[in-house]
Amino acid sequence: MKLITAIIQPDRLDAVREALIAAQIGRITVSRVTGHGRQEGEELYRGQIVVPNLIPKCRIDIACNDEFVSVTCDAIINAARHDNGKVGDGKIFITSLDECIRIRTGEKGSQAI
Amino acid sequence: MFCRSRWKTIVFSLFILLMTPAAYAAEHAATADSGVTAWMLTSTALVLLMVPGLAMFYGGLVRTKNVLGTMMHSFSAMAIIGVLWVVCGYALSFGSNVLGGWIGWNPSYLFLKGLDDSILAGGVPEYVFAMFQGKFAIITPALIAGAFAERVKFRGYCIFITIWCLIVYCPLCHWVWAEDGFLFNLGASGAIDFAGGTVVHISAGISALVAAIYLGARRGYPKVAMNPSNLVMTLIGAGLLWVGWFGFNAGSSISSGLVTARALTVTQAAAAAGALMWMLIEAIKHGKATSLGVASGILAGLVVITPAAGVVQVPGAIALGFAASFICFFSIGLKNKLGYDDSLDVFGIHGIAGIAGALLLTFFIRPSWMANAAEAAGGSWTTLQQLGVQASAVALTIVYCAVVSLILVILIDKFFGFKLSQEDEMAGMDHSLHAEHGYGLLNLS
Repeated sequence: MKLITAIIQPDRLDAVREALIAAQIGRITVSRVTGHGRQEGEELYRGQIVVPNLIPKCRIDIACNDEFVSVTCDAIINAARHDNGKVGDGKIFITSLDECIRIRTGEKGSQAI
Repeated sequence: MFCRSRWKTIVFSLFILLMTPAAYAAEHAATADSGVTAWMLTSTALVLLMVPGLAMFYGGLVRTKNVLGTMMHSFSAMAIIGVLWVVCGYALSFGSNVLGGWIGWNPSYLFLKGLDDSILAGGVPEYVFAMFQGKFAIITPALIAGAFAERVKFRGYCIFITIWCLIVYCPLCHWVWAEDGFLFNLGASGAIDFAGGTVVHISAGISALVAAIYLGARRGYPKVAMNPSNLVMTLIGAGLLWVGWFGFNAGSSISSGLVTARALTVTQAAAAAGALMWMLIEAIKHGKATSLGVASGILAGLVVITPAAGVVQVPGAIALGFAASFICFFSIGLKNKLGYDDSLDVFGIHGIAGIAGALLLTFFIRPSWMANAAEAAGGSWTTLQQLGVQASAVALTIVYCAVVSLILVILIDKFFGFKLSQEDEMAGMDHSLHAEHGYGLLNLS
């Protein structure tokens, strides 16, 4: 089991969500976060280009079984890219997941995902 | 000594004699009634307050990613129509008949030049009247924006409201409210449209429906849930609209007296009745009354009383408010079945309640009005005859707005692009059109 954490630009959230649903990945958690990577000089404020200190982003968390990792990542990457890829498109972190429990039934492990 | 003083007296008398008529006329024409003027200035401000109110009402109802783009529809109307109206809108609406009465024209009204010394018969400086009317011209195109919310280009929208104001709003305004407008003079005592049921609400509602159907639904509609970004803001907006509507209706008497008091009272009664009825329907039908339902009921009640505020009494106002919420509630249900995407129910509330108000008011007209109409008609004037007048005014408005708006929307879509690209729609208007985001509080910086 893996935990996939993707940080993407907010304007691609709908596209990513639709791509995930198309790839049959329906169980996701989305949160609004802020942060900075290498994306600079992006924001226009009162006619002036400024370097924003913290940029709003969306974070998507998906827990999945090992065989779904690549299909999930492909879906996110294809949908989250601007044109052919731009600085600020985001990152995906994959960590191994020790346990997963479904609260309703108490099921554990890969069945519970 | 004597001689000189007599000459002085004669010259002085002559001077007085010559001056009197001129002085008298000047004084007579230039007297502004401070009471009426004060109320009309207040009303003008109140109607302007409805525009940010509308922005909040609409902004709260759309998704988070479109909140600024939607509020911009109202605010840009203040900018665009605000200029257009003083440049030529007033001249087109309140000039005398040209082109067979299709529209008005008075070159001295351009840039409101001729208004500098003008005071209307009621004691209101014409500047105030022109500004008051200008607020109606601002809010009407802004109302339409709710129907195609979340999916139009900003440029296309700006061009749309500019031309719509000139070729739909100004002619309608002229027909209904100018003294030589033909709807103003239809039947015994004119088609009744006290504060803009046809000019504002039916015209906005019908144009909205046409535009929504032509432009097509939002991506994912009706399967995907499109939850309001901020119902708290929507409720504040509805509240501001209610407050502002006192200027809208009671101000439309262009006086400050009995007629004003009547309009204000029935406006309050109808709005409350509308809210109450919507609340009851939801409570009975769904088991829960919603805040959005109450806001919708307020609007339905306010819209339905708009044409009727000058002629109905309190029981009629309550009946109209009840009827409006009832009809609007079920027409919105019908929309969901028909499947067109009038996103914020501009037709469902403004169109439907506007039509209902213009027609149903006939049955609640105060007897003295009917008596006067009968006198003007030279004998008798029945409810049915007035209903005929109302129906023809409504039908004409519907046909005119539908045809002209459809042509306008098609042309703008072809030449400038009206509908947002799918990618921009998914990203949200705030990001793709304005490069901003609305709710900054969620960000840490």
